[in-house]
Amino acid sequence: MPGNVGRRMPRLEDDRLLRGNGMYLDDIHLSGSLHAHVVRSMHANARIAGIDVEGARRAPGVRLVLTGHDLGDLNGPLPLLGPHPSLLAPRTQRPLAVDRVRYVGEAIVMIVAEDRYLAEDAADLVQIDYEPLPEVVEFDDARRGDRFVHDDIADNVAAVVSQVRGDPEEVIRSAPHTLALSLDIERSCGSPLEGRGVLADWDPRRQKLTVFDSTQSPVAIRQGLSRILDVPLDRLEVSAPDVGGGFGTKIMLFYPEEVLVPYAALRLSRPVKWTEDRWEHFISANQERGQHHEAVVAFDDNGRILAVSTDFDHDTGAYVPYGIAVPAVTGTHLPGQYDIEHYRYSGRVLYTNKPPVSPYRGAGRPQGVFVMERLIGAVAKRLGTEPWRVRRANLIPSSAFPYDTGLELHDRSRAIYDSGSYVEGFDRMLSHVDVEAFRERQRATRAEGRHLGLGMATYVEGTGVGPYEGCAATLNSSGRIVLEVSVPSQGQGHATTFAQIAADVIGCAAEQVHVVTAAGGPTAVGHGTFGSRAAVMSGNAVAAAAHALRAKILAAASVLLECSAEDLETRDGNVFVRGAENARVSLADIASGANPIQYPGTDRPTPWVSREPGSDAPVSLSATEYFRSGQWVFGSGAHGVMVEVDPGTGRVTIDQYVVVHDCGRVINPLVVDGQVVGGLIQGIGGALLERLTFADNGQPTTTSFLNFHLPTVDDLPPLVLDHLETPSPWNPLGIKGTGEAGIIPVAAAIAEAIEDALSPFEVPVTSMPLFPADIRTAIDRTEP
Amino acid sequence: MPYVRTTVNGQPVEREVEARLLLSDFLRHELDLTGTHVGCEHGVCGACTVLVDDRPVRACLMLAVQANGKPVRTVESLAEPGQPLSRVQAAFKRNHALQCGFCTPGILMSLTAVLEEEGPVSKERAVDALRGHLCRCTGYRNIMTAIDEICAEPKEVGGGAG
Repeated sequence: MPGNVGRRMPRLEDDRLLRGNGMYLDDIHLSGSLHAHVVRSMHANARIAGIDVEGARRAPGVRLVLTGHDLGDLNGPLPLLGPHPSLLAPRTQRPLAVDRVRYVGEAIVMIVAEDRYLAEDAADLVQIDYEPLPEVVEFDDARRGDRFVHDDIADNVAAVVSQVRGDPEEVIRSAPHTLALSLDIERSCGSPLEGRGVLADWDPRRQKLTVFDSTQSPVAIRQGLSRILDVPLDRLEVSAPDVGGGFGTKIMLFYPEEVLVPYAALRLSRPVKWTEDRWEHFISANQERGQHHEAVVAFDDNGRILAVSTDFDHDTGAYVPYGIAVPAVTGTHLPGQYDIEHYRYSGRVLYTNKPPVSPYRGAGRPQGVFVMERLIGAVAKRLGTEPWRVRRANLIPSSAFPYDTGLELHDRSRAIYDSGSYVEGFDRMLSHVDVEAFRERQRATRAEGRHLGLGMATYVEGTGVGPYEGCAATLNSSGRIVLEVSVPSQGQGHATTFAQIAADVIGCAAEQVHVVTAAGGPTAVGHGTFGSRAAVMSGNAVAAAAHALRAKILAAASVLLECSAEDLETRDGNVFVRGAENARVSLADIASGANPIQYPGTDRPTPWVSREPGSDAPVSLSATEYFRSGQWVFGSGAHGVMVEVDPGTGRVTIDQYVVVHDCGRVINPLVVDGQVVGGLIQGIGGALLERLTFADNGQPTTTSFLNFHLPTVDDLPPLVLDHLETPSPWNPLGIKGTGEAGIIPVAAAIAEAIEDALSPFEVPVTSMPLFPADIRTAIDRTEP
Repeated sequence: MPYVRTTVNGQPVEREVEARLLLSDFLRHELDLTGTHVGCEHGVCGACTVLVDDRPVRACLMLAVQANGKPVRTVESLAEPGQPLSRVQAAFKRNHALQCGFCTPGILMSLTAVLEEEGPVSKERAVDALRGHLCRCTGYRNIMTAIDEICAEPKEVGGGAG
């Protein structure tokens, strides 16, 4: 029934969540559960001379104490995702550290006790003898040559990622103008409001290990855990219950606890639960963002950018579990919407004594956009023109699609922009901003001693990472369509958006469609929810499966209605004979009629679908289809922001924020707007509020929401939100992903706005985030 | 052993508890009222907010024994099973004011307390209540839209205020 896709439809999952009936990890109570607590390193870099757990073993209520030695072969290095030739010295964490710790928070001992209080009591009795080593905290420490995160890696370099197109070095040598910037983006983290958590139960009677994991990819956890623990897949179920936010943080594959908790459950034949607290989250969940760039741009008198080159350092923390994913995404997304013929990047991935790095919403893109847009701002300043003019002069025109960037993504696919309307989107943003009126206001208010500033940024978002996702669509005899997919939701609303897609194909109400994440099922394959891929990959798989199911429904109905399937149409959950509205059958009756067995409670005779003599098998009303794609599809957008900076306090107030966003065909505008705005506010947090800090010895100093400030309602600015729909030609639904879009250009746009506001002081903005104190300090430096 | 005797969502509760047991753990793990979520355990995020004596309280900063004699209400009390959502809940649903839903119960409780105050619903009071909550998904915009709708409605319209 057309009309669901594109509809601003309230979500089907909300009623349950609003009543307090969500089922998040820690809400699952299995009878006889034990509780795990992890003893973590208090040092950033230290040899472990001894671990004494005897006191903890004797503590009340303690059932198991595990050290690395107790784990045997299980304590080998955890998996490395995405092996790549540019990885020079990849190292991953062991479940429990044995003789060396490399960040504050690294797991050393796991205690399992009758309740969490008792497990934490016992943790106080664990004695660990540390021999501290010099810490690698900042990039400078990594380069010093006298301190090492891994003793056999003398330069602390995990990888060097680089690509080049054209001949940027020659163009930079001969260009009419060049300029260089040193730029920093500091470490931050996703901070879902629900921490991590795992619950595992080995049932010796059913010979089954059941794992609940607050993860973005239960399928990958299941497949990996089966190998790590040597439990056959048919004896292992893994599922993600309701997940209280992910933002990339919950797709680590594997955090130590995701191995340790199921292992403990196997050892004890009792359910074991581990629920992370906020302090643990700040010291042991993965983080991201930290990069330093030395960037160069070459350009001509008209502001046409001829070449861009950046050499950057990427802080990967103590290990490199995600391979080169984040720095490679930075490199491949940096040129964004701009047509730059000559480009190179070279990123050095450096180990530091900090929590490991894996993608956090945006996954390297915000850093790339920050560099590109800071360069554009500097070009405009040098030429004495408006930054928007430089941007507009360099945008890829609509006629250039598909646009081959010549760059390879880290999954080895080629980055080709499928479609886009960059100029139109940018012009729309400009019209919402009204630069001339703003400049007038800026001049007028400057006379009053006020400092208004305007900033902009554009971006592309490569989405829909392959290689495939699947969907099994089934009509059951309640007349409902059940969709099994492998991508769980962490709030993105899959239960609604996938239902909308299937409802339009089948011809029923979205409320008649039930979406199940089947990652724990016996046959489930697929990947997970990350990289803004769920709507692209699973959405198209849902459509394909729904089409195949519809054909089966029509074939069954054609027998029931004694006509040809071509004469049938579907509407409102019924199948009709075209032109004879009375000749119809409901989806429920089709499902009942497809089964030769009449079950108790059916009050009318169910006709047999198959009239073939001797054929009494039920007619299958289920279809499984996969959507395959080896090519990412690229969403895009343009942001404009107007701020006021108080030079006295350094406070930044956002007067208005403009977003023009294009993710191709929109399934549910309510949900898409929600994703974009949520990402935007997270980006504002990243620009003005959130910074993970570490003392010189590597001790984290932001370990609670009291000093790592998430945005509150007061940080929501007046907002203009506008959409373009440039469908992707590379998937049947025309979808591009949107989960990460909102956050990507925010720091870049705000940086330009702050610099603009402070132009009388000539304060260059070269780093993000910026707190009021940073702005004050920068102003002080410029004053004699 | 210390004990707590009170009502939770109108039902009498009398239990022996350890003195150190948090109210949040008591509600979630002893009474199975898992709608109250724990986001930070140091009183900042507001996810665990419940009403004690009709006032919003961080259940992670209060001991179960401190609730002795003080009626407690949790998100599960806002709408009876099978009954329509409360005004605040319904406004959240209409406006997509939740994504992952983890922080939502706490926000619903704080706003419910504002709705129960005397006189017309004050937007200023509602926003002030929201200031005490962290939501990482929505960016607050749709929550503000829900608040605007609640403030625009006459007070008696819609489901019960709790």
